[in-house]
Amino acid sequence: MLTPELIEAERPYLMRYALAQLRDKGAADEAVQETLLAALESATSFSGKSSVRTWLTSILRFKLIDTIRRERKVVLVESFEDEASDDEFADLFFAPDGHWREPVRAWGGPEATLIAREFWDVFERCSQAMPRRTAMAFVLRELQGMEIAEICKALEITATNCSVMLYRARMSLRECFEISWLGGAKA
Amino acid sequence: MMIKCKEASWLISASLDRPLTLAEQVRLSMHLLMCGNCKNFSQQMAQLRAIARQVGNGE
Repeated sequence: MLTPELIEAERPYLMRYALAQLRDKGAADEAVQETLLAALESATSFSGKSSVRTWLTSILRFKLIDTIRRERKVVLVESFEDEASDDEFADLFFAPDGHWREPVRAWGGPEATLIAREFWDVFERCSQAMPRRTAMAFVLRELQGMEIAEICKALEITATNCSVMLYRARMSLRECFEISWLGGAKA
Repeated sequence: MMIKCKEASWLISASLDRPLTLAEQVRLSMHLLMCGNCKNFSQQMAQLRAIARQVGNGE
């Protein structure tokens, strides 16, 4: 039996999920609130096949994608000025001869477990440093599993733009995990 | 034609979003045969994808 208390208990988790992806407390609050209301209204349709959390997350995901689509209009006015050129970005990771500046380690089992556990922490911090649309493209592609064509339409960008953004987001996020572990090891 | 790690990393990222062309596949796999760093990078990208999809689903 799905009670309002069980639904409400998931609020902190949903807030975390929404905040990391929307990066805006007001928008995250609103999306979570709408999700909880929708869940209460349709509590009888909860089959119990998935966990309460998974069920609520599936409702929240639609709200998030809606929010990002709406927000695109605001983001569109932002220029590309704060974004580095392709060469400048590549210089962060690659030497002039095209090789990696730092060796790339293999991530074994321990790292994989850590990534899963620290994902929201690291993603939240890391995405703050990304240009807004880059972070949005990553959220839609990797967290929400949308296809490239859909993302291009939602963010009003070209497929090439989208590839560049996803490349940068992936490179940055990978680096953020490495930094977070190095920091942890030193501390 | 030999590609460098910079291009290889770009192709690895692209392969997560679209099928690579045959020429791209050949260039990338030749590079991966000789480059441990890029092989690791490729695996890391696959790991990030798997985990992101998992947490994205609320699991």
